[in-house]
Amino acid sequence: MEQIQRVVVTVVGQDKIGIIAGVSGVLAKYQVNILDISQTILQDFFTMIMIVDISQASVSLQELQQVLKEQGQEIGVQINAQHEDIFKYMHRI
Amino acid sequence: MPITFMPEEIIETIQMVRAENLDIRTITLGISLRDCVASEIKIVARKIYDKITSKAERLVRTGEDISEEFGIPIINKRIAVTPIALVGEGCTDTEDYLALALAMDRAAKEVGVNFIGGFSALVHKGFTKGDEILLNSIARALAETERVCASVNVATTKAGINMDAVSRMGRIIKDTAELTKEAGGLGCAKLVVFCNVPEDNPFMAGAFHGIGEPETVINVGVSGPGVVFRAVKENPQADFGTLATIIKHTAFKVTRMGELVGREAAKRLQVPFGIVDLSLAPTPAIGDSVADILEAMGLEKVGGHGTTAALALLNDAVKKGGAMASSYVGGLSGAFIPVSEDAGMIKAAEEGALCLDKLEAMTCVCSVGLDMIAVPGDTPAETIAAIIADEAAIGMINKKTTAVRIIPVPGKTVGERVEFGGLLGSAPVMSLHPYSAADFIKRGGRIPAPLISLSN
Repeated sequence: MEQIQRVVVTVVGQDKIGIIAGVSGVLAKYQVNILDISQTILQDFFTMIMIVDISQASVSLQELQQVLKEQGQEIGVQINAQHEDIFKYMHRI
Repeated sequence: MPITFMPEEIIETIQMVRAENLDIRTITLGISLRDCVASEIKIVARKIYDKITSKAERLVRTGEDISEEFGIPIINKRIAVTPIALVGEGCTDTEDYLALALAMDRAAKEVGVNFIGGFSALVHKGFTKGDEILLNSIARALAETERVCASVNVATTKAGINMDAVSRMGRIIKDTAELTKEAGGLGCAKLVVFCNVPEDNPFMAGAFHGIGEPETVINVGVSGPGVVFRAVKENPQADFGTLATIIKHTAFKVTRMGELVGREAAKRLQVPFGIVDLSLAPTPAIGDSVADILEAMGLEKVGGHGTTAALALLNDAVKKGGAMASSYVGGLSGAFIPVSEDAGMIKAAEEGALCLDKLEAMTCVCSVGLDMIAVPGDTPAETIAAIIADEAAIGMINKKTTAVRIIPVPGKTVGERVEFGGLLGSAPVMSLHPYSAADFIKRGGRIPAPLISLSN
């Protein structure tokens, strides 16, 4: 089995029906496995953080970023997908 | 599997990039040109072009890939090469290195980097033939190329100050301004005069690939004044110990980004990772200013009394936090105070709150020196040389790097403004003391190296 490649997907915007469905639908379509989800309200914004594994994905990280961005525009939220290392480096010693 | 990050941490990182201008200012690929030596300048120029374009072929693409995958902007991809005075010295058929500058410029355009540093010479103790030719070529090289940056080291703590070189640099800066007068003397923005120059600095215009460096190397310069500004601003009541700790924590996080990007770039390019330069490099963008940090610390205006102390605290805390974050630290490593590239500095200079004398004092406690200062176009070459000598003396005595990047703006005088555009920003023309140093500069020779003991 390929090594896990963890990516952090963050979704920030106004809370509404269907955000999780919209985002996870895209992830499923491209064979991206969701490892964990947490959601919270931070500074009045709906914030969802997903840790996903893209090792089996049918697209590259850069292509995934693009489709998520488009999906985000459709739902009206901002979606980022970033390699996990950036958070590891900044917040963990 | 449990989530490994707190939502606040994730949001903090995104906030730093989105709202506070956190970025990697530059990844700079150092390339040795020592094997480009030949006796004919045409051959040297061709070898330089070929080597740079082959070694740096994937630099820009790799930088962009990393930027996208990690979600952190990498503003500049740049190249630093062996000082050209060393590379050109073997040529027996020329008295001019312009052709080498043109080859560097063409190579920079070919690989898509916005600046290439290393049209440089180290003359702190004297000139070789190659140094002489390089100095004579600087003004035209800067006028006739777009991306080439030049630097000259005129002093070190161990050698003293080569006042002949200082005097010549005053003249060369004037000539460069004159040859680029259509662009406000822009050539001078690409020319730095150093004392104690570091050999692994990734920042332009002073970057070059030092002679102790490997064949190729990746050095990274971080940024992040906006992030530190927010942290300082959120703690108006903190005492100095607490404030220093807050800045240290912030600098740590900022520098970790540099470490990550540097290591990743080095791995992908299969080039050794050199250093992270722990710098607070401002840009003209609002909220990306070192001056704003100093004012957030409680100063009414940067340039007022207390500025030097505030900057000393800031600079030291950035280094302490950054040093923990990276396994290899080098370059200039300190807060930059370039006037034209910092919206807060520009404002203070225009309002008369920040004068050249205060800037000079500030350079005693931070990196790097009198940087991006516009002065009247009719400033005598000897006065510019004297400014360089003062700054070099500060570096020499305090065992630190200092530098002068000064632009005598042709046809402009105090109170006017010059626009350079982009990262170079715009600068108000600042006033200088009217008294002459011509007889002092005329003496020539070297100011001897200082005593390091008896250190008061």
